[in-house]
Amino acid sequence: MTSIDHTRPVRPDDALATVSAELPAAPPGTAAPATAAAPRLANLREMVHFAIRNRKLVVGLSITLFMLLFALIGPTLARHPGPEFGGHLSLAPTTTDGYWFGTTLLGQDVYAQFVNGLRLAFIVGALGGGIAAAVGMLVGFTAGYRSGIVDELLNMLTNVVLVIPTFALILVIAAYLTVHSVLIEAVIIGLTSWPWAARAVRAQTFSLVTRDFVGMARLSGRSTWKIIFTEIAPNMSSYLFMMFILLFGGAILIAATLDFIGLGDPNAYSLGQMMQLAVQNSALQLHLWWWFLPPGLAITTIVGSLYVMNVGLDEVFNPKLRAM
Amino acid sequence: MSETPELLRLAGCTKVYRVGAFGAKRLTAVRDVTFDVRAGEVVSLIGESGSGKSTIGRMILRLSPITGGTITFEGTDITTLEGAALKSYYADVQGVFQDPFSSYNPIFKADRVFKLIREEYFPAVGGSEWRAKVEASLEAVGLNPPDVLGKYPHQLSGGQLQRLLIARALLLDIKLLVADEIISMLDASTRIDVLNLLGELKSRGLGILFITHDLSLGNYISERTVILRRGAVVESGATAKVFGNPQHPYTRALLAAVPHLHTKWSAASTNGAGTLEEADEPASLVEIDDDHFVAIAGGAG
Amino acid sequence: MSLRVDNLKVYYRTLAGDVKALDGATFDLKDGEIMGLAGESGCGKSTLGKSLIRLDGRMRYVEGSVELDGTELPIWDAEAMNRFRFKQVSIVPQYAMSALNPTRKIGKMVKELLRSRGVEHDSVLPELRRRLELVGLSQDVLGMYPIELSGGMKQRMVMVISTLLDPSLLIADEITSALDVSSQKAVAEMLVEFREREFVKSTIVITHDISVLYQIADTILVMYAGKLAEKAPADAIIHRPRHPYTQLLISSLPEVGVRYEEKKLVGIPGRPPGLLDPPVGCRFRDRCPFAFDRCHEEPPFVEVEPGHSVACWKVAAEQSSSPTTGREAGAAESGTIAVAGGAQ
Repeated sequence: MTSIDHTRPVRPDDALATVSAELPAAPPGTAAPATAAAPRLANLREMVHFAIRNRKLVVGLSITLFMLLFALIGPTLARHPGPEFGGHLSLAPTTTDGYWFGTTLLGQDVYAQFVNGLRLAFIVGALGGGIAAAVGMLVGFTAGYRSGIVDELLNMLTNVVLVIPTFALILVIAAYLTVHSVLIEAVIIGLTSWPWAARAVRAQTFSLVTRDFVGMARLSGRSTWKIIFTEIAPNMSSYLFMMFILLFGGAILIAATLDFIGLGDPNAYSLGQMMQLAVQNSALQLHLWWWFLPPGLAITTIVGSLYVMNVGLDEVFNPKLRAM
Repeated sequence: MSETPELLRLAGCTKVYRVGAFGAKRLTAVRDVTFDVRAGEVVSLIGESGSGKSTIGRMILRLSPITGGTITFEGTDITTLEGAALKSYYADVQGVFQDPFSSYNPIFKADRVFKLIREEYFPAVGGSEWRAKVEASLEAVGLNPPDVLGKYPHQLSGGQLQRLLIARALLLDIKLLVADEIISMLDASTRIDVLNLLGELKSRGLGILFITHDLSLGNYISERTVILRRGAVVESGATAKVFGNPQHPYTRALLAAVPHLHTKWSAASTNGAGTLEEADEPASLVEIDDDHFVAIAGGAG
Repeated sequence: MSLRVDNLKVYYRTLAGDVKALDGATFDLKDGEIMGLAGESGCGKSTLGKSLIRLDGRMRYVEGSVELDGTELPIWDAEAMNRFRFKQVSIVPQYAMSALNPTRKIGKMVKELLRSRGVEHDSVLPELRRRLELVGLSQDVLGMYPIELSGGMKQRMVMVISTLLDPSLLIADEITSALDVSSQKAVAEMLVEFREREFVKSTIVITHDISVLYQIADTILVMYAGKLAEKAPADAIIHRPRHPYTQLLISSLPEVGVRYEEKKLVGIPGRPPGLLDPPVGCRFRDRCPFAFDRCHEEPPFVEVEPGHSVACWKVAAEQSSSPTTGREAGAAESGTIAVAGGAQ
């Protein structure tokens, strides 16, 4: 992900690279009166203007929202409960008696499982991504602001967690845990995917901490964490937002992968689970494509549109990437 | 000059950085610096880049820890203050830095700097009373409140931004202001306004430490001057004496290198101050005249 | 005439319209002349300097001509200018010393630069070495990385590189701004040295520091808000400025020796106008203590004395009323400027 450069002080020299009209002022000197570059986050209207026109953002966001809506409303349209063995196997992709997406080999309603899986996907994404974001920010801000020995220790921790093979870890945990659940899966994903976020936050914090306005906040008697949350984090807000989106998508992907190889909760019919069962039951050979295609497509679509949306957001937040 | 209360005193102030792999090497940025600032006077701390002047400013403002020596404010050692004691120190001593645009959080409006002060120091003050206080401060620095309130930093000029920061400091009714190169990024025409403002504040009793590399500015505004070279004081004392009768070769070289408006550079002064021999032997300040100290290698006497 | 610029207009393209950064510059530069280009930030001096060699993507050439040694420079055509850059016209850009590639040794960078200009490195190497020695840099510099050099050394290095092919015109953009006062002197005197040794024919020195210009420049051109305000020999600009802006600027400069208590310096209240939609007429009108109704019409940049041009109606009026005493009137003004209104 390209790093957002809005933490760099806007020099009058490259003020022209941004949108608003300005004078090409050369430092040292005062800024051009009333027409210098607008700090990107402050100019909401300008951002909305570009947001609407950014195809990637609009398309990505629309698809994601659509899937979310589907996940929220979909289950109400299900006629049969997902795990229930309906009794008969349908060889058609859809039937008139409520099996909108047909049935599995064992007669279960694919549609019901699918919408349930969608919900689980969003839950895992939010929870796993959220935990990863929280831990990443905690570690990153602390390391970036404090530096010195605290930074060294946190760096070590980050590197250790980064290097741990997630699958191996989960295999071990799975072997020992008697209870499997989507929640636990999300927690594990969250606790293992934060290192890159921590690194990124740390780097950005480093560059911001040296800025004079942080010194000014200290001179105003502000405490460390208050400064981090009221001065530094808002400056990185677009970056943090995009980071969360990536963690969200990443968590969904990891969860799907884990479920697919059978490490997930066998009772929760998540999308990855569905695909696993489909493969196990030779759905491919039996041409029961309606069993594995919807979940696979859903995962790809959600994660893909999230990433596309992120690229679009990057362009909106960072004027240098916009094609003028 | 000795009747005015002494505000700030640096004694043997030293800053050593650890550099290199595993922090094996040592870099002495500030070496045994001693000087003081009294109320109602401007003391210029003059040095080129690498002289350690900004480091001294940061140490006084507690933004950088001191390695050796003491810094006392009104008799109290401020280098060990924490928590509430540090906060009340900031109610007496404030700083303004070089880059006006870096001193403001670019995503917020400029007058948010006042809000921070209010939240931390005046939480009980009512809305209209606070507004009146802010407006009085702005007027004291020569700003028209409607011109600068409610605006983003990029909508204001460097001069206005610097003055806004001085107004912020005045809200706290400070006794000492550390001005670190505050006008070097301003245009010639606005520099003077900010500089004259400092003169005005000084006459109202504020003590100012004016950190700069520009000798003409130092001479214009300050009562006393401290010349810094590579972290150590080479000459200090009354401005008239230091500039009028410079004793240390570095001071002389600096003065000779300044471009004047009425005299041309003399050919003899082409050997810049930078080519002077590095004096590694410890030199201590010797008082050669009333309020005129020069660093002489080999110790006092 | 070495350089002749005629009514040069270069604007900056922005979404909100054209910023009229340089709005009609006309002046001459003789062979061997060092001209200082001074003014506040946003006055157009950097734009003028840059437009003589390279219009970057944001700049839009509007009109005007530039003639160097009798040949017209195709400044609107970046490709065509390739022939001239570095060989006839060279620039030391602002922040050059900070823009050296930190991962390249200096010598390698020079080699690449020469190759890109189609010059055989080995043929200029002896001259390069000679010049390094001249400016007081050791030969080892070519094998060093930029981070190993001090600010003054880097600036001198950049100047040597820029003048390696003996250009007719050198544009030095704020080369002393970021330097200490002693390095500043060394670099400024280097410019004069280059002229003396004929490495460079004419030089334009762009800076906001007029006192440095007084030391090394033959003439000074003062700009304000995209227009030329005054051009005169350096001595005349400092001691006998005619344009009100120049007068106020000079009187706002502190000199070693002047103290606040003795003589309070005065700044210029107000700010330069925005150039997206500049005011009609004289652009200094709003801040000028002498503005009168004629100032709503743009004053032409005319010669009021031999070698001394000013764009001001007041000066023009003085000139027509008393052509012989115009000089004394100008001198009397510079000491008694009373600025109306308070500080900013």
